[in-house]
Amino acid sequence: MSENAEDKAGSIPAQSDGAEAGPAGETSGTATLTKDAAPGEILLKVTGLQKHFPIKKGLFQRQVGAVRAVDGIDFEVRSGETLGVVGESGCGKSTMGRLITRLLEPTAGAIEFEGKDITHLGVSGMRPMRRDVQMIFQDPYSSLNPRHTIGTIVGAPFRLQGVEPEGGVKKEVQRLLSVVGLNPEHYNRYPHEFSGGQRQRIGIARALALKPKLVVADEPVSALDVSIQAQVVNLMDDLQEELGLTYVIIAHDLSVVRHVSDRIAVMYLGKIVELADRESLYKAPMHPYTKALMSAVPIPDPARKNAKSERILLKGDVPSPISPPSGCRFHTRCWKATEICRTTEPALLELRPGQRVACHHPENFEDQAPQDTVLLTAAKEAAELVADEVLAESAETSAAVAAELAEEAAAEEPASEEPASEETASEEVAASEETPSEEAASAETAEASAPESGSQESTDK
Amino acid sequence: MTELSKTGAAVGEPTSSSPAPSSFLEVRDLKVHFPTDDGLVKSVDGLSFQLEKGKTLGIVGESGSGKSVTSLGIMGLHTAGQYGKRKAQISGEIWLNGTELLSADPDHVRKLRGREMAMIFQDPLSALHPYYTIGAQIVEAYRIHHDVDKKTAKRRAVEMLDRVGIPQPDKRVDSYPHEFSGGMRQRAMIAMSLVNNPELLIADEPTTALDVTVQAQILDLIRDLQKEFGSAVIIITHDLGVVAELADDILVMYGGRCVERGPAEKVFYEPRHPYTWGLLGSMPRLDRDQQERLIPVKGSPPSLINIPSGCAFNPRCPYADVPKDNLTRTVRPELTGVGDKHWAACHMSQEQRERIWTEEIAPKL
Repeated sequence: MSENAEDKAGSIPAQSDGAEAGPAGETSGTATLTKDAAPGEILLKVTGLQKHFPIKKGLFQRQVGAVRAVDGIDFEVRSGETLGVVGESGCGKSTMGRLITRLLEPTAGAIEFEGKDITHLGVSGMRPMRRDVQMIFQDPYSSLNPRHTIGTIVGAPFRLQGVEPEGGVKKEVQRLLSVVGLNPEHYNRYPHEFSGGQRQRIGIARALALKPKLVVADEPVSALDVSIQAQVVNLMDDLQEELGLTYVIIAHDLSVVRHVSDRIAVMYLGKIVELADRESLYKAPMHPYTKALMSAVPIPDPARKNAKSERILLKGDVPSPISPPSGCRFHTRCWKATEICRTTEPALLELRPGQRVACHHPENFEDQAPQDTVLLTAAKEAAELVADEVLAESAETSAAVAAELAEEAAAEEPASEEPASEETASEEVAASEETPSEEAASAETAEASAPESGSQESTDK
Repeated sequence: MTELSKTGAAVGEPTSSSPAPSSFLEVRDLKVHFPTDDGLVKSVDGLSFQLEKGKTLGIVGESGSGKSVTSLGIMGLHTAGQYGKRKAQISGEIWLNGTELLSADPDHVRKLRGREMAMIFQDPLSALHPYYTIGAQIVEAYRIHHDVDKKTAKRRAVEMLDRVGIPQPDKRVDSYPHEFSGGMRQRAMIAMSLVNNPELLIADEPTTALDVTVQAQILDLIRDLQKEFGSAVIIITHDLGVVAELADDILVMYGGRCVERGPAEKVFYEPRHPYTWGLLGSMPRLDRDQQERLIPVKGSPPSLINIPSGCAFNPRCPYADVPKDNLTRTVRPELTGVGDKHWAACHMSQEQRERIWTEEIAPKL
């Protein structure tokens, strides 16, 4: 693999030479110096990725079930972009991050990095890969070894990869420290001598040591204070510009994600429910869950204190990923859910250019299953929590979009959305290869679909 | 009262030391210091504020600014637990409903705690006892203050669980904390703290451990309950969004002191302290168009053992050199009135700050 990358490195001129002209710019010599994929090309491609954690019980540790942390997701990351991944705790976003960095072994699916299948590479097979894919962890306290000096920690990637930067490891480490805004003279200090924000910078320096192509950051700023958060966000911004990095940033804070991302994936219970450009997602979210998630963010503006009506409150808690609801996983809490949502899983379809949504009744768009109009009882209860204004508005926009589309369709050949959706849906059912258990789960959840999703979770545990 | 710039020891809005507070809660020059091997940690160093019934005060600040210690001090919990080894030093006055708490008999304060004042903690899993059912813990809290039999108390517990939105409260009352999800635990804790209808409720980062959708539910609940019970609420958080949702008044803390205090609208629209500007600038906002760049506060929060001399914010303040004579580094600024019920502690003149805010800061936000 490294040879392959080397070849490419030779053939395509380094995109960010100027910025990398530091002492070690050309030193580590081999694979990882240059960016192979031109900006916009697909760097990482994930198809049908699954991770099920087995639940074992009893004397013989028989598997009695599985936590379906990531349950069939597809996306790609283009070179030079930042993909933000948001979702509530337990939606599988961190597991996804660990899968694409191959810290976890996927249950099914495929991960391609620069066109090479890395899904099942072993430890030694992954080693050359590790230079190109690095990770920044959430907790700057537990991700640095307290008994190693900063120099050792940031220099470890060179040691492990057997790379000898020009001017020696020490010089390169000191350069990295100054790049991330730390004093290079602190080379011999220990992690406990640094504050949280400084430690996060150390983690970033370590991730950048080998000039990776892809950096996966799992909640990089959530452990930091507000004023420090902004410093780290700006630093990551600058580094991306200088080094042409590609980021996958996993976070639960929607405002931070909007600030850093070009495209955003919204996850719910192990699935991507919406994947779209930043602007489209925030201006006109299509999945009801995305809409609810964004309306829940408290706005720092006291004038809006009483504008409670804009907020969509969701009922109960996220159901357990051990037995996720049948059909659309959000149907137990969705105010638009109908029978089809309970029975058929919606496929992630590109409804609008650059905006993929998995929903039968999307917001701000034409209804995908207009024949199905009877709300589930759970949906009626959920709708009580949604202000009438919101409902009316969403009906209006959907109608407007539908009219618009009808006009377009009349002009052109009718674009057949319906059969396509069915195809993909059936494919996905086949892929998940657990149809019987899913049916069983569906029966279960149908009963408990109403407010008890939380209690269901706890009893399952 | 507004244009007063006092130079005395009392920080905060000028109050006479005569014990005649008209407010429901009044804190005067509160200091909480913890002696440690490394030196004296001045967690809270002269804090004053008042709070009326039915109103909400938001205390904002970064970690280590003393906001949680303030709440523990009011509750009389500063000596408990992890601080236990060496005794915390506390001084000042805390008046609750006409009673001064710091000089009162500890037994009397214990009677007030839970009944007159209650607290919601950040992490409900560690604040609830894992060995006892939710019901048992609420029953205990109720029976300490009410002479009733267990049956009545349990009925009351079920009623409270129902009120905070826990489904099937008559069944869930017998569940253990680990059987609840994070949001439900927080609801249970709110039920426990409100079981005695306290007049003062302190919520210390009540939603920090929760997801946004659950946070929205809990904030909604706190707001509704306050309307219903008419309690005074202190909400402590680092999230300016949360205070904007709930608070009538905002107190910004930095390095154990109040740097700005005023009505929420004033603090958000006409802030008069560079640290408040920094907080507003470092926060990405969903309600605005995409900012190009955040404006962070440089440096990191001060150590509470070595609070910088002069203004505690001076090493991080971009305007530290605006006042003459190196004033920011030598003299500690006092809170001075900058508007109606609005105070800030800064050496820059009002005009200077007004100009910087309107010309330099506000357009970039």
